[in-house]
Amino acid sequence: MEPKCKVELVNITKRFGKVVANDNINLTINGGEVLCLLGENGSGKTTLMNMLSGIYMPDNGHILKNGEEIRIHSPKDAFSHGIGMIHQHFKLVDVLTVAENIVLGLNERGRLDRTAICQRVSEICQKYGFDLDPNSKIYDLSVSQKQTVEIVKVLYRGAEILILDEPTAVLTPQETDRLFDVLRNMRADGKAIILITHKLHEVLAISDKVAVLRKGAYIGTVNTADATAQSLTDMMVGHSVSLNIDRPLPVDPMPRLKIEGLTCVDNLGIKRLDGVSFTAMGGEILGVAGIAGSGQRELLEAITGLYPVQSGSIRFTPKEGAESELVGKTPAQIRKAGVAMAFVPEDRLGMGLVGSMGMTGNMMLRSWKNGRGFLLHRKEPTALATKIMDELEVVTPGISTPVRRLSGGNVQKVLVGREIASSPSVLLTAYAVRGLDINTSYTIYNLLTEQKMQGVAVVYIGEDLDVLLELCDRILVLCGGKVSGIVDARKATKEEIGLLMTQVQGGEVNA
Amino acid sequence: MEGILAFITTLFVFSVVNGTPLLFGTLGEILTEKSGNLNLGVEGIMFMGGAAGLGGAFYYEKFVGPQNAVSLVGLLIAIACAFLVGALAALLFSFLTITLRANQNVTGLALTIFGTGAGQFMGEYMRVQEGGYISIVQKAAFESSPFPAFLRDIPVLGPILFQHSLLTYIGIVLALGMAFFLNKTRKGLYLRSVGESPSTADAAGINVTRYKYFATVIGGGISAIGGMAYITGIAGGVWNHEGLSGVGWLAVALVIFCLWKPTSAIWGSFLFGCLQILYLRLELPFIPAQIYKILPYVVTLLVLILSSIRNNREKQPPASLGLPYFREER
Amino acid sequence: MRNASLPSIRLAKRTDAMNPVFVWLIRLCSIILALLIGSLLLAALGYSPIDTFATIIEGATGSSVYLRQTIKIAVPLLGCALAIAPCFKMRFWNIGAEGQITAGAVGATFFALNFADSMPAYLLLPVMAIAAIVCGGIWALIPAFFKAKWNTNETLFTLMMNYIIIGIVRWLQGGPWENNGPGGKGSQKIAMFGDAAKLPTVLGIHCGWIIILVLTVLMYIYMQHTKQGYEIAVIGDSANTARYAGMNVGKIMMRTMFLSGAISGLVGFIIVSGADHTLSANVAGGVGFTAITVAWLAQLNPFAMIVIASLLAILEKGALTAYRSLNVPATIAEILTGFILLCMLGCEFFVNYRLSVHHRKEG
Repeated sequence: MEPKCKVELVNITKRFGKVVANDNINLTINGGEVLCLLGENGSGKTTLMNMLSGIYMPDNGHILKNGEEIRIHSPKDAFSHGIGMIHQHFKLVDVLTVAENIVLGLNERGRLDRTAICQRVSEICQKYGFDLDPNSKIYDLSVSQKQTVEIVKVLYRGAEILILDEPTAVLTPQETDRLFDVLRNMRADGKAIILITHKLHEVLAISDKVAVLRKGAYIGTVNTADATAQSLTDMMVGHSVSLNIDRPLPVDPMPRLKIEGLTCVDNLGIKRLDGVSFTAMGGEILGVAGIAGSGQRELLEAITGLYPVQSGSIRFTPKEGAESELVGKTPAQIRKAGVAMAFVPEDRLGMGLVGSMGMTGNMMLRSWKNGRGFLLHRKEPTALATKIMDELEVVTPGISTPVRRLSGGNVQKVLVGREIASSPSVLLTAYAVRGLDINTSYTIYNLLTEQKMQGVAVVYIGEDLDVLLELCDRILVLCGGKVSGIVDARKATKEEIGLLMTQVQGGEVNA
Repeated sequence: MEGILAFITTLFVFSVVNGTPLLFGTLGEILTEKSGNLNLGVEGIMFMGGAAGLGGAFYYEKFVGPQNAVSLVGLLIAIACAFLVGALAALLFSFLTITLRANQNVTGLALTIFGTGAGQFMGEYMRVQEGGYISIVQKAAFESSPFPAFLRDIPVLGPILFQHSLLTYIGIVLALGMAFFLNKTRKGLYLRSVGESPSTADAAGINVTRYKYFATVIGGGISAIGGMAYITGIAGGVWNHEGLSGVGWLAVALVIFCLWKPTSAIWGSFLFGCLQILYLRLELPFIPAQIYKILPYVVTLLVLILSSIRNNREKQPPASLGLPYFREER
Repeated sequence: MRNASLPSIRLAKRTDAMNPVFVWLIRLCSIILALLIGSLLLAALGYSPIDTFATIIEGATGSSVYLRQTIKIAVPLLGCALAIAPCFKMRFWNIGAEGQITAGAVGATFFALNFADSMPAYLLLPVMAIAAIVCGGIWALIPAFFKAKWNTNETLFTLMMNYIIIGIVRWLQGGPWENNGPGGKGSQKIAMFGDAAKLPTVLGIHCGWIIILVLTVLMYIYMQHTKQGYEIAVIGDSANTARYAGMNVGKIMMRTMFLSGAISGLVGFIIVSGADHTLSANVAGGVGFTAITVAWLAQLNPFAMIVIASLLAILEKGALTAYRSLNVPATIAEILTGFILLCMLGCEFFVNYRLSVHHRKEG
């Protein structure tokens, strides 16, 4: 057997502007080992690994391989050091075959000998137990097969250290099992494997060691044999921090949005939402917690008529009057039916706002049809833009400056300001404070609480559990498109929610 | 029966003559589009290629004297001149769209406006300078077959296989070579990946900019030879801008019709060449000649529509065709 | 590997707004650069650049007759650029204006040929205009429908539509609509229109220029101040945002293309009724393509289009005079136009990006 390799990350620090994504991190990976890199969203796992795979360069610190310092400037450099990363978004050319994709960009000379390439690919597949036809086209493959191609691509280039970024996020439980079998084969072959994940049961099932990151900081490394789901959760989420968010009691809560058995399927046939049922009350903030991609975006888009619903119902009850069904209606029809719904989407500039227009133009996105006749009515939107600029202290050269030029926090103020100004009875927000500084975040919390006190049903999708626990009245936890629990935010603990988030398919954690 | 056979062989020969300029124009644009660049300047490039090719051959003959000139040398000079001018024009297109990030549609159209003007200008200027129409005297290599008489005289097979001009055979070899390059070589594979998904190619370490430049410049050169083939092969070695106008656009249509396959370009361009002259040779009672002539466009359109409805992944344009690619700042 | 101290040129998209005066200054410089290149070419070929340019300007604007001819060239160019503006704003690459002009001209000609004797001008002209608008609009609607329904590539589709309608006109020319009058049979020409089908003249030019100028103002208002113009701008920025706001993207796409084709059709009506007084396959004569560059270089601003369309018209008309008096090939106009277009396209880069020299440090 070839000598086992060893890679060390020493005092790695990476900043993006003022944000410290990785703070002084030390990590060691050995051949013949599976290391899990565990942490919540935004804890800096992917950033750290991107420095190993040549996408970023660290600001401080060294990377050592077998004791010698190496410099990695590009993915090509990483390959030449035997490091290969499998990203969450596959980089494959659809109309080419598996074999063609695998050799893409290799600096080999001579003509393209497809038979020889296919043979080598087949050898690799056989060695580690992949099931892959090198001659099939990428567009005919399933998601898990595409992932296999990415892994084989890295192995074909002779990688000794493989980094997999949340590989199981797109896999079914059966496919996950198969992937883990392959990973065990590779471990037996002496490869070093780093698995980025936040699923505890997977960590416990496959890894030898676990390194935990929290908010960019390195918490520690433990041997998996000594860890339990509870101890890892504690390391991952940390102790509760008091944020002192003002949380008044709900006023006169009444059902506003009743959702029953909501199921949505994406264009690849994967269930994004699976029988989701809950009720959002007017006068309270309903938090939604969950690992990224558990169906949060689809939930909000389905409610607003932007995502096709396969089955289930969404019923809206106004303050006065009869309830109405929203499923099957377009956004325009929903508004016409008098349902005052505000939506702050995750993709602010790509969905919620028009980047090339000024604040006035963006105010009109909700109201451009108002008023009689053919012409636009600019007076009210201009007044609203000025009002929002003053009240929310939006920093901009003027209300006609394209919002694309504003900073992230100001962009969000424009978006939230506009949505609240429509005096909604339901306010849906997705990651409303992502990327914002502390002050702006508190401005947003206060705005949401204000809305709640006016009897609005607020839905708050968040990623920071501390905020969810202090801002919301109830918290719904999504896991793999299903509701894994709804808890009282005043009584629940962080650990409780953390476990619900990682509970797969309604089953218990394999502790 | 023999009459019909003779008719078909004659029709075929003329179709090939008319299809040869299209073949080059199409092949050049296929190579360009395979890199994801949509160069709508083919019309202009073919104009310039026609004028430059004619000028090259003419001034060669003038320099050595029409009697001493070797036709084959004239042909090679014409090819070289046309290629060079086309490549330069395509280089300008590449610089504007790839490096300066200008819109491909608009730049291509501007190149067509410029190129048709420049080609026409060159043609006119040469005429004014030389006092009257200029034409090539030694036309053997441009028009006649390179094969010996006994092969050409084989009944039916002779005319179909051996009676075409040297340029036609060069075009066919080029098409086969391009098919081999795209499908069987590493560089061809990398070029296709650039046209399909430049970000994937970039991540795999392929120099996207270099591939786009090379494919577009060489493609432009090849298209320009088509213009030269028209002027020397069909127009009889004199400048004829009216006949040349529209050939470049037809080549763009042919690229779609052939589904971006060089080997299909061979029969596709002969078919289009046939449809261009069929109304002269074969009158159909209910179909007017001019309606005949739009048939290729209608068929091309149907190909485009059907391939988008059926969503057959093999029959689509290169996925990034016409879209700019800039690596994200990191 | 990058040398530690080597300065590298870095490219960054401008985040701040550039002073508009400065932006137009850059564009002006690019036009001057293009004319300089043109001068070099002329000088190299043995023509005096100064004389040539003087003749071009004299020949295009020197007398009221010349000026009228120049305006006649500018009118369809401006009209068609206006037609293209909304599609391009929506990022729908309609390069089929050539065909849409022709389709409009066919519609107008049908009524001109069949009703010139039976209808008074005040009735016939509006009927012709409406026919042109409908025909041009429908011709543009077809590719938009396929784009909205199956996402068929609109660039290639609209391009093909050009050849189909031009082929149809060729057939009409030699077939059903061929001039049946004395000496007409076999001419492959359509008869000249009766007087009732000709646009009246105002100040010596057919009144198409008034229609187009009014249209310029209307298009400015449409793009800037109407609800539909707003929808177009939102879709052009992000189709996703448009859906979020409750817009029906496919419907708006088809509506906008109909409008665009309708205006092109109207331009076709103005050409046949005002200038040519007959229909030929060459009715659009490349205007549809040139107008795309006019619209794009004017940044889709209707008033800037007036300037650019005039500039190109002056070059085209003036070059004819330069040909007659100086024997400069008339196609110098197209070459100069090409230089101007290509230089202006290149200069946009310097408007949108900032180049800076960086001394990069290793690590």
